[in-house]
Amino acid sequence: MKISTMKELLGAEVLCCEEKLGGHVYSACGCDLMSDVLAYVKDQAVLLTGLVNSQVIRTAVMMDMNCIVFVRSKLPTEEMLELARESGIVIMNTDKRLYDACGILYSNGLVGNRVK
Amino acid sequence: MMDEKLTFHFDVDGKDFTSAGQASVQVKKNLRQLGIPTEIIRRVSIAMYEGEINMVIHAGGGKATVSVDEECIEIVLEDNGPGIKNIDQAMQEGFSTATDTIRSLGFGAGMGLPNMKRYTDVMDIYSEVGVGTKIVMKVNIR
Ligand SMILES: Nc1ncnc2c1ncn2[C@@H]1O[C@H](COP(=O)(O)OP(=O)(O)OP(=O)(O)O)[C@@H](O)[C@H]1O
Ligand SMILES: [Mg+2]
Repeated sequence: MKISTMKELLGAEVLCCEEKLGGHVYSACGCDLMSDVLAYVKDQAVLLTGLVNSQVIRTAVMMDMNCIVFVRSKLPTEEMLELARESGIVIMNTDKRLYDACGILYSNGLVGNRVK
Repeated sequence: MMDEKLTFHFDVDGKDFTSAGQASVQVKKNLRQLGIPTEIIRRVSIAMYEGEINMVIHAGGGKATVSVDEECIEIVLEDNGPGIKNIDQAMQEGFSTATDTIRSLGFGAGMGLPNMKRYTDVMDIYSEVGVGTKIVMKVNIR
């Protein structure tokens, strides 16, 4: 799914790396526990989370994920956005809840991670 | 081709949760510059990141050393924390002694050590209660 399509479906606001909206994600993960995210590699994936701290960004960096969506209108700090910019990770936020945001993407064809 | 072993040292601050993981981000950058394959870099950085976070949340910080030669990448994490009483138990998926505070920060699923094992080719844990923990991990480059 194109990142810009995801933005539209979620009615999301882009907070950094707007120039990368043309990129694609192939799988998704909705989670507030970072080690669960780190358990299975997802290439070019999006992380949807209600957790907001620097470790969310570093987790995405470690996994080579290319987009993070913060749910329930949560706002990352400027420091976190800077970390994301360094690695070219698109950050957006949506007023949707985690369950709803995941459901919308799933029903539009973005499947979860297939366990290798 | 690298003729000698390259070594990177890091002090991991145990008081600052926000900066935890900085060493792993740096290692990822360094390995990229060395032209190591992406998949290998990802395995090394995830394993190191989990270990780095563990040192911060469970052991009050520590030291990390990463060395690279032609054959493999070795990560050594050492701390003077409380140690791990039962290593077999700690290695089980879902086992965690993390507090609610740690959980609210996004950690404490009890997946860190199993993840480290899964992403590396070799992992050895040496730990003594009241003394500290040393974890040695290796990822083969070829
Ligand atoms: N460096 C360490 N010093 C002392 N105890 C540790 C250390 N690393 C891990 N442990 C112990 O082993 C347990 C399991 O570690 P593990 O990384 O698997 O899970 P966690 O850190 O609790 O949660 P997660 O990694 O999923 O966020 C920890 O809860 C802790 O009790
Ligand atoms: Mg852990």
